[in-house]
Amino acid sequence: MLSARDVSHAYGSLRALDRITFTLDRGQTLAIFGPNGAGKTTLLKVLAGLIQPRHGTVQLAGGRRAIGWIGHQSQLYGPLTVVENLLFWASLYDVPPSARRARADELIGRLGLGGQAHQQARTLSRGQAQRAAIARALIHDPAVLLLDEPFTGLDRVAAEELRRLLGELAAAGRATVLVTHNVEEGTELASDIAFMRAGHFVAFGPRAGRDAAALAAAYREAVGGG
Amino acid sequence: MADLLRHAWLVARKDLYLEFRSRTAITSALVFTALVLVVFEHGRDPTAVAISALAPSILWVTFSFAGMLTLNRAFNAELENQALDGLLLAPISRTSLFWGKLVANLAFVAVVQVTGLLLFTLFFNVPVWRVWAPLVVVMIMATVGFIAVGTLFSAMVVRTRFAELMLPVLLLPFLLPPLIAAAEVTTKLFAGRPLSEVSGWLRLLAAYDVAFITLATLLFPATVTE
Amino acid sequence: MTLVQRGRWVTVFALLLLGGIYVRALVYTPVEIHQGLAQKIFYVHVPSAWSAMLAMGLLGVASILFLIIKDMRYDRFAAASAEVGTAFSLVMLTTGPLWARPIWGAWWTWDARLTLTLMMFFMFLGYLVLRGAVTDPGLRARYSAVLGICGLVLLPFIHLSVYLFRTLHPMPIVLKPSAPSAPPAMVITLLSSFAVFTLLYIGFVMQRYAIGERTDDA
Repeated sequence: MLSARDVSHAYGSLRALDRITFTLDRGQTLAIFGPNGAGKTTLLKVLAGLIQPRHGTVQLAGGRRAIGWIGHQSQLYGPLTVVENLLFWASLYDVPPSARRARADELIGRLGLGGQAHQQARTLSRGQAQRAAIARALIHDPAVLLLDEPFTGLDRVAAEELRRLLGELAAAGRATVLVTHNVEEGTELASDIAFMRAGHFVAFGPRAGRDAAALAAAYREAVGGG
Repeated sequence: MADLLRHAWLVARKDLYLEFRSRTAITSALVFTALVLVVFEHGRDPTAVAISALAPSILWVTFSFAGMLTLNRAFNAELENQALDGLLLAPISRTSLFWGKLVANLAFVAVVQVTGLLLFTLFFNVPVWRVWAPLVVVMIMATVGFIAVGTLFSAMVVRTRFAELMLPVLLLPFLLPPLIAAAEVTTKLFAGRPLSEVSGWLRLLAAYDVAFITLATLLFPATVTE
Repeated sequence: MTLVQRGRWVTVFALLLLGGIYVRALVYTPVEIHQGLAQKIFYVHVPSAWSAMLAMGLLGVASILFLIIKDMRYDRFAAASAEVGTAFSLVMLTTGPLWARPIWGAWWTWDARLTLTLMMFFMFLGYLVLRGAVTDPGLRARYSAVLGICGLVLLPFIHLSVYLFRTLHPMPIVLKPSAPSAPPAMVITLLSSFAVFTLLYIGFVMQRYAIGERTDDA
């Protein structure tokens, strides 16, 4: 469904990505852990097609239409309401007009935004905004989810809800790439793990039932201090 | 092609909704236009120069400055919550995005210019009504190419420091040809000359528009990709 | 020899030649009848304009090449060319009024050529201002290239519009600042000056480029 082959990229002389290779199938969730500056966001942007890598190829079944991106910025328009935002993004993704309203309502319900549906996006709380951002990312039913530090700024309850939702989505067959510097947050969801440092994978493999503590130890060992 | 136009229209429509909601940019531009006209009126000595000699310059300087004010609006809203990344991720071409922004910009500039023209007629007592049709044609032709370059530049400066100051600095040389041409044609129109006398200027304007709309469309992707 | 050293040699050589041009212009070239000694500025003013246009043209070409090939060296060259072009534009804009005042009785007029060169100066400045405002080198290179190409396409339109404007509004004094059919001695001095100024351009750009290389790698 999603594969990267020998992807390398540089900013000027600064090597950002170094021969990244992996494949991701339906239902798999790849959690990439790495310190700041490791190149995680760059990798996600390359996977999304926002950046053309210097070398290597990315193959994504369905193209940009198949991607849902959730970052720490909501990508919502402040003066528009939640519903208006969702309808706009749905139209950009060519969701059929007859289906747009229904999907928007469904997602609003599923993410507990019923009371905020007709509120302007700039009036939402951080947690509500994040949920609205998730709705926006899912409005076109993407097959692949790319998540860039999605738990940033979420309280425990909201984070737990997000984890539950992501689990459901994976179970329904979506492929997910989750990028974070916090091992505890991503462990439960992952079917596969990668540790990233200075642009390349220092470790890559199935989670194999390890828990957060074990992974944290392995992470520290692989990536080193800082 | 149909998709291209449809997506462009979706982007433009969203911009129009946004501006209608907040109304900040267009209000400032309208107030500014009125103020500039008032300053011009009080800054001249009515006994020294006949208004008909000054009128075209006043009109077009006002249009130019007001036009530049509305340009900043185009990409500011996209930065707020990184909506621009969302637009770049969506399965629409960069050209659709650019044309959508351009159409929205032109709509706003049109509103400001029409209002400016009405105020101008009110303040300066120049017989505009006899030549309103060719005048509108000149207004469109002198504005389109310039706003295309302005939209392109606003995509760049929005991420620099001093964005509001940078845009006029970069844009002013591009103002010169359409400004001169428009002022010349307007002078002839107010003097009751037929349009055929200014065909050279009109052809210059047309060439300018074609050249810069094309160039801006071609160059826009370079300003947003990484 | 490093690039900077070679650039310095070229520049010094060109400056020596420039001195030679001055001598030739002042001593060996006939004095122009109508304009007198002031006309001698011509040999500096016109070639400066040429160098500035050369700088702008090459900047445009380098910008196009950069966007296609994405090699940072083109961006570095374009930046060097812009700075050198600004310097030559400034020379042109200062020698112009120095010449115009005794001849035309005015420091400045809005004729086609002068306005074009003034706009070119502003475009160079805008280019440098833009570069100064963007910190990321990749972004800066792309933005500069876009501006450079737009500027290049704009030049003919500016020239055309001001030229059309001026021909319809004849000026009170109509002495054109270009060589009429001139005696061979003047032509030779002028052409030599063109060559020297081109050499100066090359020398300056070489040095500026080398400095750019060093600061980028630092």
